[in-house]
This record gives sequence, structure tokens and C-alpha cells, in this order.
Amino acid sequence: MSEALKTSDIVLDPYSIPLDSKFNVAQGPLFEHDAHWAYFDRLRAEAPVHYCDESEFGAYWSVTRYKDIMEVDTNHEVFSSEGGIVVADQDEDFELPMFIAMDPPTHDDQRRVVSPVVQPINLAKLEGTIRSRAAALLDDLPLGEEIDWVDRISIELTTQMLATLFDFPFEDRRKLTRWSDVATADEDMGIVESEDQRRAELFECLTTFTEIFKERQVKPGNNDLITMLAHGEATRDMLERPMEFLGNLILLIVGGNDTTRNSISGGVLALNQHPAEYEKLRKNPALITSMVPEIIRWQTPLAHMRRRAKVDTVLNGQSIKAGDKVVMWYVSGNRDAEAIEKPYEFIIDRAKPRQHLSFGFGIHRCMGNRLAEMQLRVVWEEIMKRFDFIEVVGEPVRIRSSFVKGYATLPVVLHPKK
Amino acid sequence: MPKITYIQFDGTESSVDANPGTTVMNAALDNLVPGIDADCGGECSCATCHVLVDESWMAKVGQPSVAEESMLDLNPDRQPNSRLSCQIPVTEDLDGLVVNLPEFQY
Repeated sequence: MSEALKTSDIVLDPYSIPLDSKFNVAQGPLFEHDAHWAYFDRLRAEAPVHYCDESEFGAYWSVTRYKDIMEVDTNHEVFSSEGGIVVADQDEDFELPMFIAMDPPTHDDQRRVVSPVVQPINLAKLEGTIRSRAAALLDDLPLGEEIDWVDRISIELTTQMLATLFDFPFEDRRKLTRWSDVATADEDMGIVESEDQRRAELFECLTTFTEIFKERQVKPGNNDLITMLAHGEATRDMLERPMEFLGNLILLIVGGNDTTRNSISGGVLALNQHPAEYEKLRKNPALITSMVPEIIRWQTPLAHMRRRAKVDTVLNGQSIKAGDKVVMWYVSGNRDAEAIEKPYEFIIDRAKPRQHLSFGFGIHRCMGNRLAEMQLRVVWEEIMKRFDFIEVVGEPVRIRSSFVKGYATLPVVLHPKK
Repeated sequence: MPKITYIQFDGTESSVDANPGTTVMNAALDNLVPGIDADCGGECSCATCHVLVDESWMAKVGQPSVAEESMLDLNPDRQPNSRLSCQIPVTEDLDGLVVNLPEFQY
């Protein structure tokens, strides 16, 4: 019932409304109903740098072509991340500073502290653990009956990984999932009852990690993120700035959780929608290497990132004023035929598959991009050893957000290898 | 044609003939030299074409721009002779250039 009401709130056909300053793509329900594609097709073709002066998040520019997005993303002198990186502003009385939402030099100093954990050389050490955990999970799944792929695999696997990176008590790992969901929840998504509840849960996250931080100060763990923060020159005094500590925890939790989770689910859906590619994969599982970045492009697990102009500037002919919000729609740039051949097709052996926008570019480029690729590669290698077909047996429930682009549920039936 | 030599972390050498006007990154990609991923395609914005320029070539290769420096500086393991190979244009002057591929890029 509520679903039907929500659908009636949005216009599914963007060509039925005028392309003026009320044309608004930052609507969660558009994404929930998978209805955003035509909106972005129209913007890319007719108004690639477009100003919307009325939305629940205030006025903002939409940048929708690959090339223009690249220009904004690589020009941090003009387009600042300070104060927030999503279209929604943070509540003034609950601001969470985090390095993704800072400019140099603080951004660089803090990022350098935690980035070694996800450098390729360290990832090799994690691969065995990821593989054995993925194998155990997959071996445990019931065959031939309907299960929810999101809950059983995507969430569980990424949560286990996150617990490993933080060296977080393994039996409490679903707390990480919960905090990740709570941190990105819009009020109408049904995840929390109220803003007060949201803040209370995030403070519980802060309290829990403050204890762990204090422990690791005296007894360093084994190359985990909290130990790195507790001993890094730019971050070891972070407990004195609790909101900044919480902000960076949320950044690392969401960054390593939602994104990979939704790419694991997205890959299953993409292969079901492109059966010829699934067949290609069965014949040649070595294609997993190039399929993984293609899944990440196809899914684009974060639909956008936001900047704010520091000075008056011109982008593709449009005059942007100092202070204006500028939203880079990665989800649109990843379907730009000027930059990507046959962008709506899922092609597991694309040439240059890593040339997509899902990780962003420039100094804020996703720090964990090689970890994400490694997780997906290992999961798919283990899947292909066991299953002939992961059959999607119903419509997925999509998340009502114009930021986190993903799935709440994805019903599947597993068919074992013959 | 200028010759460029790439030395892998394990010591394996590949020498390629590069067209003047291309970049040290593209010359590697065109000749399937491993260790250079070049995710962004040469836009100075992903830092996956990191090379360590042989000391004797540093003067000829020159210093990174401000934009390149901001990408290099995010890497805690960068060295004084670190460069992004997409930002090194191939010229006749660089005939014989030697670059090393860093361990952290694998």
C-alpha cells in the first residue's frame, strides 16, 4: 500500500515534465523505482550542467556527463569537499567531520594514516581469510529454495570483512552493519524511528570504538584501522575531537560496507539480466578479472558525490557561483555513451573496464578500490566453483536513496554445478 | 624512436620503443608492460601509474606539477623520485630513460 502511494508521488516519465529549474533528480523514490535512468539520459542530452533551484536539499547543480564529472572531481581547488560530500547537508547541531569531507592539507594528513591498510601489498595478506570465510558461507547455503541473497551473502560477507579490518569483536559484527545503515538512513527509509534514535545509536558506535581505541593505544593490534588511528601522527589525539572520530569511523564503516554489499548483489542481478554474459562467464571463469570492475561500473553503488564551488567558475558553458552546491552524478557519467561504449550493456570482457567513475577520481578517489575489487573477485571465484546458476526469482527491493544505490532484498534460488 | 626501460619490482626489465608525443604511461600500456594499471586513462587523477625515475634521469624528467604532487602526496610510501608516468611526455631527450615500478603498486 505504502509502495503504491510512494510511486504516485514521483513522475516516472521525465519527458512528460518541462526541463526547467524544477527538474529534480535528487529524489530517493526515483532510485527506489529504478526510474532515474531516463531522467539522467535527458539531462546528459539537453542540459548536462543543470541548475535545480528547488529540492528537499535546497538548490544544486547536476553534472551528468563523464567528462564534466572528471573536471569537477579533479579540480579540488575550485570544487571543495569541506563540510559535506552528499547532496543533503549535515544537521548544523550534529556535524560529523571526516576526511572525505575535508580539503588539503587536513584531508591528506588523515587519509595517509589509514590508507596503508588497503594498499595492494597488504591486501594479499587478507585474501586467504576472505576466501575461507566466503567459502564457508557459500557451503552453508540451502540449494533449490528461495533465499535472500542480500542478507545471506552480501551483508554477511562485507560485515565479516569490516570486522577483520577493524579487528572488531567478531561475534558483534552485525553492529557494524547496523551503524552503517543508521548513518546513511533518510528519515523516511524506515531504518530508524526518529533523529533522536539515530543519534543515540551513533553515539553507541562512538562509545564502543572509544574503548577499542584506548585499548589499542596501549596494546597495538595487528595492522588494523583502529590501531593505525590510535598511533598515526595526524590522528592519535582524535579522542579529544569525538565528533571527528565518529565521522571518520562512519566514513570507514560505510565506505567498506554499503558499497561492496550492493556490488555483490548487483553482480547477480546484472548476470541474470544479461544471460549471454553469464554463459560467457561459465565457459571462461578467468573473465572474473574484467567482470569485477564492470560490475562496479554497472552498479555504481554510490550514485553521486557533492562539492561546493569556492569561487565563481564556468563549467561546460554554465556560470556557477561561489557557494553553489555541485553534484557529480557518477550513476549518469557511467552511462555516458561519449565516454563508454554501449554503456547500458553489461559486458564482462570490456576493454579498459576500470575506466568508470564509481570510485571517483582525484584526491578523494576511493581509498579501498583495490580491496573492493579483491573481495568481489574472491566471492565470484568461489561462487563459480559451486553454482551453475544463481537464479533471481523476483524483483529486488531497491533502497530509497539518491546516494546509496543498492538493494534491501534480492530473492534467489541456487542451482549447484552439475 | 626513444627507448624506455621499465624495471619491475622483481627485477624483470622490459624495454620498449616509444613514439615521441606519447607518455611513459601510454608507452607501457601499448606494449603490455605489467604494473601500470592507469585506471583514469592518463588524467593525473588515480595514481595507478606511479613510477620511480632512475636517479640519473631525474634532471631531464623534471619535477611534478602541483596537481601531480597532490596525487603523489596521498601515498605514504612515495619517494623523492616518484612520478606519475601519465605526466611524463616522451621526447627524443628521454631516449634511454629507466623507470622502476614500486612494490606497492602490485
